[in-house]
Amino acid sequence: MTAAELIATAAFENGVFAQAFPAFGVERRGAPVQAFVRFADRKIRLRSQIYEPDYIIVQDSTLIKDVNVFGGMKKGGIAVINTEKGGAWNVPEGVRLVTLNATRIALEALGVPITNTALMGAFAAASGEISMDAMEKVIRHRFGKDLAEKNIDAARRAYAQVKGGA
Amino acid sequence: MMQFMEGSLAVADAVRLCRPQVISAYPITPQTHIVEALADMVANCTLDAEYITVESEFSALSACIGASAAGSRVYSATTSQGLALMFEVCFNVAGMRLPIVMTIVNRALSAPLSIWNDQQDSISLRDSGWMQLYAEDNQEATDLHYLAYRVAEDHEILLPAMVCFDGFILSHTYEPVETLSQDQVDAYLPAFRPYQRLDAADPISFGMFASPDYYMEFRYEIDRALERAKERIARAGKEFGKQFGRDYSALVEGYQLEDAETAFVAMGSLCGTVKDAIDEMRAQGKKVGLLKIRCYRPFPGPDIAKALAGVKRVAVLDKNISLGSKGAVGLEVKDALYGSGIAVYDYIVGLGGRDLKKSDIAAIAALAEKGQGDQFYGLRQEVLR
Repeated sequence: MTAAELIATAAFENGVFAQAFPAFGVERRGAPVQAFVRFADRKIRLRSQIYEPDYIIVQDSTLIKDVNVFGGMKKGGIAVINTEKGGAWNVPEGVRLVTLNATRIALEALGVPITNTALMGAFAAASGEISMDAMEKVIRHRFGKDLAEKNIDAARRAYAQVKGGA
Repeated sequence: MMQFMEGSLAVADAVRLCRPQVISAYPITPQTHIVEALADMVANCTLDAEYITVESEFSALSACIGASAAGSRVYSATTSQGLALMFEVCFNVAGMRLPIVMTIVNRALSAPLSIWNDQQDSISLRDSGWMQLYAEDNQEATDLHYLAYRVAEDHEILLPAMVCFDGFILSHTYEPVETLSQDQVDAYLPAFRPYQRLDAADPISFGMFASPDYYMEFRYEIDRALERAKERIARAGKEFGKQFGRDYSALVEGYQLEDAETAFVAMGSLCGTVKDAIDEMRAQGKKVGLLKIRCYRPFPGPDIAKALAGVKRVAVLDKNISLGSKGAVGLEVKDALYGSGIAVYDYIVGLGGRDLKKSDIAAIAALAEKGQGDQFYGLRQEVLR
């Protein structure tokens, strides 16, 4: 949910309407959870969950064997996946796969395996939906000074890695 | 100022700006973020209020009664089982004519336990004498708190109000909300001026005993006050529009109703999804519209009859069920349209957090066109027999 909140807030900072919400009620670290983000150029009224995402971000690739994370994705979509080893995933045709070891980036930048900001950087680089400036502003607002700088470092590293690999 | 924030925190901030003097609440999902935020504000001295911690919702609202009777502006918030535990106290608040405002973060009732959204909790308190306002989005959820205090404390009304917004679907959603400044809110909502209050130097009693010779008159007075509240809500909503640009003078609000043949009726966050579904159906040439009920108590029957006068059929979307009967809103819409010849179909939807998509709204329109209604929508097939 934190990643969804940060991404939506960054999009809002970039001047678009945004909406972020959890798949309600079971947000706790370690359990499989879903959160959703919508962007639009006008007020968002729709409240249903998202069944046909343009983008997905998978925080832990080991979930892919249990959850159909690619469900509803269409041609032109982008899947950003945190993974150590990659995997033989059944990615729908026309969906661009962006993999990175966000856990390692988080461990190096933050010292803990919390991948929200690294994946946010990777998503920004892969999708172009949010700017680095907005992302940094939101991270600074969300975290205390030292933690903010470390998280910005994580976001930048992931951003650079995805841009470099594109 | 436009801010991107969680619904619960937007509501907590609006409550702060209403300058409540006493808050008492018991935390319960999905209301918790609101009362946590208010407790923080009191602890950090950004809100000058007494926060009374208690062991249950029954005690929370009871503490609110005492504080309100003593002449304070009072706030509470709850949901689901918490509201159920307040049942007895709710009737007392209205009977004592105490203008308490309480946020209801709508959630299903047990058993089986569900923390997810429907509107069974507040709908089940529809007969308690409280005003009930339902918010479509977090902007409306915040704004309705200012309006609720203003109307509740009006000496012609003196009744409590529930501001209802959908649990998780709104409370835990981050979206843009235009927040007001303290000066703006102060200009709209004057300080609480009690009509009467507990005073040791001049003792009075609240909510005592009424014999059969008098009890009915007390109930009549509450009912008349609710009737007067329609006009006061409209006036306060219009004034809000004048000051802040968002007009809440309509107790019910139409969307694409002008030439509609099929009209949905809904309350709360579902209205947003229905509006998007209507745009899609209109693009395919279907004449559909929505009547959103913002004010459920008092029930604006004549406004509903007027707004729906031109339609062929009505599909009421009820996030509640009066078990053994029908959806509560559907029943009253039927009453409002009695004798009009307009077909009214009721659909029980979204109980316990069951998600509703635009395609579901289109499917319900198709059912109404076929004359199939008064049913649960979207049930698992295995229960049907």
